[in-house]
Amino acid sequence: MAGTDPISQFKVKTLFSFGTIGADENGANGVDLVFTNSALFMVLTVGLIATYLILSTRGRGLVPSRLQLVSEMSYEFIANMVRSSAGTEGMKFFPLVFSLFSFILIANMWGMFPYFFAVTSQIIITAALALLVMAVVIIYGVWKNGFGFLKLFVPSGIPLPILFIVVPIEVLSFLSRPLSLSLRLFGNILAGHIVLKVFAGFIVSLSALGALGMFGSILPFVMAVALTGLEFLVSALQAFVFAILTCIYLNDAIHPGH
Amino acid sequence: MAEQDLTSSSILIAQAQTDTGNSEAQQPGNAAGTNDAVEEQVVQEANDAAQGITVVVEGSEVVAADPAVELHAETQGAYTEQEKSVFPPFDSSTFGPQLFWLALTFGVLYLLMSKIALPRIGEILEVRRDRIEGDLAEAERLRQKTDQAIEAFEAELAEARAKSHGIADETRAKIKSEMDAKRRDVEADLAKQVATAEARILKTKTDALANVDQIAAETAVAVVGKLAGKVSIKDARVAVSDVVKG
Amino acid sequence: MEADAARLIGAGIATIGMGGAGVGVGIIFGNYLAAAIRNPAAAASQFSNLIFGFAVTEALGIFSLVIAFMILFA
Repeated sequence: MAGTDPISQFKVKTLFSFGTIGADENGANGVDLVFTNSALFMVLTVGLIATYLILSTRGRGLVPSRLQLVSEMSYEFIANMVRSSAGTEGMKFFPLVFSLFSFILIANMWGMFPYFFAVTSQIIITAALALLVMAVVIIYGVWKNGFGFLKLFVPSGIPLPILFIVVPIEVLSFLSRPLSLSLRLFGNILAGHIVLKVFAGFIVSLSALGALGMFGSILPFVMAVALTGLEFLVSALQAFVFAILTCIYLNDAIHPGH
Repeated sequence: MAEQDLTSSSILIAQAQTDTGNSEAQQPGNAAGTNDAVEEQVVQEANDAAQGITVVVEGSEVVAADPAVELHAETQGAYTEQEKSVFPPFDSSTFGPQLFWLALTFGVLYLLMSKIALPRIGEILEVRRDRIEGDLAEAERLRQKTDQAIEAFEAELAEARAKSHGIADETRAKIKSEMDAKRRDVEADLAKQVATAEARILKTKTDALANVDQIAAETAVAVVGKLAGKVSIKDARVAVSDVVKG
Repeated sequence: MEADAARLIGAGIATIGMGGAGVGVGIIFGNYLAAAIRNPAAAASQFSNLIFGFAVTEALGIFSLVIAFMILFA
């Protein structure tokens, strides 16, 4: 059943449970502290990032080794992104952006392994990350600018009558940000994995038809290989997009006037 | 689905199809199929009115009775049949644990990044930048020093060259004056010799010319004597000198 | 059965929306390429704008895909 069903790969399976917290006396409404495959791959993601970054920079080499160079390049990459999009003041959010980028990138990459679980294909994960970003944007924006944060919705240099049209649009576009931020990542990873699975399923079902079918399955096989490459690209690109959009939204919080 | 209808008459073929993992086996319609087929049927059968609800109920009874299917149901985790039909990412029963683990893991990641990894990488880059800047400043200092040394060397070289020019000029002048003096000596000497020689030549010439007069007179005497008789040598000489003068 | 069929048809129709996103993404990358050929020196500095436009456009296509999935499975 799990062979060619493109949906079952997203199933969250319980590996073991730590018990339930916050339940009432009937044992209902609590949060199950189950350790699922989703949690496993979140732990693996964080473990990989932290282990790599900390171990590769252990030597603090003045002349970097190859492993250390990768850490430094990712640092500079994100630092340049934050600096160019959100300014020097945005650098205080650099650890957040770096954590988001590396978490999404590595989670996507774990998901590219066959039989592994793509954490970012769970809408609750992407929604939580997007809401985290928006919460940081709103809280920091209000804390820093006070009511000035509302200037975000009022573009300067626009005559009053047009403002009545523009402001609702701006508010709407701001409200749609967490939605688009979470759905983009979720949809890309979900769709990519489904398409991959569908083409891989074609190979299996065509091969079952005999010699001619096996010959015919070369076509979906080539497609599956090409799509795998594309999915690696999409995985990296979506992590980049998430990070750069975070920077742009943070820039709005820091400089709300257009 | 048509394929499945064909196989529904034969348990054996249906078994083979589910073994190959063919997704067609999930389709409803195989009412009298094997346990595997029935168990999958349960997932999707509920809305298939054409096949009848009663079949589904019978099917689920079969599931409960069969230990093999119970094992399979265990691997599906704690989900009920109703939850199985939910699209997994939209299954709200997994939201709580996932959020918990996301908060835990992402929090740990953020702490590790902001407290250990990123400051360390930043420090490495800072140290390297300082070191490179220091090295560049040192190189600049050394370069300036080299430039100064080159300047001093060139000044010395120019001085030495000027000095050598002076010496050469001096030497050349001295040699020239010496040579001039020598040449003057030689020239004076030569002029003297030339003058002596000219005087001698003049004397020889006058002597010779005097002799010519004598010979001419004698010749004239002889010729006149032969032609007109005796003439004194004295007359002849007068005549010759007249001729010579005339 | 009719409800099932309607659901499948609806999901199929919902995916048409992705075509618009495809056109949009094509326009973005095509224009970026055209501009980059005219002025290669400025191309690198506009790369993040390219990605931003691509992401915003592509999100709309993903919305329709998610709608299709919701119709199919939710």
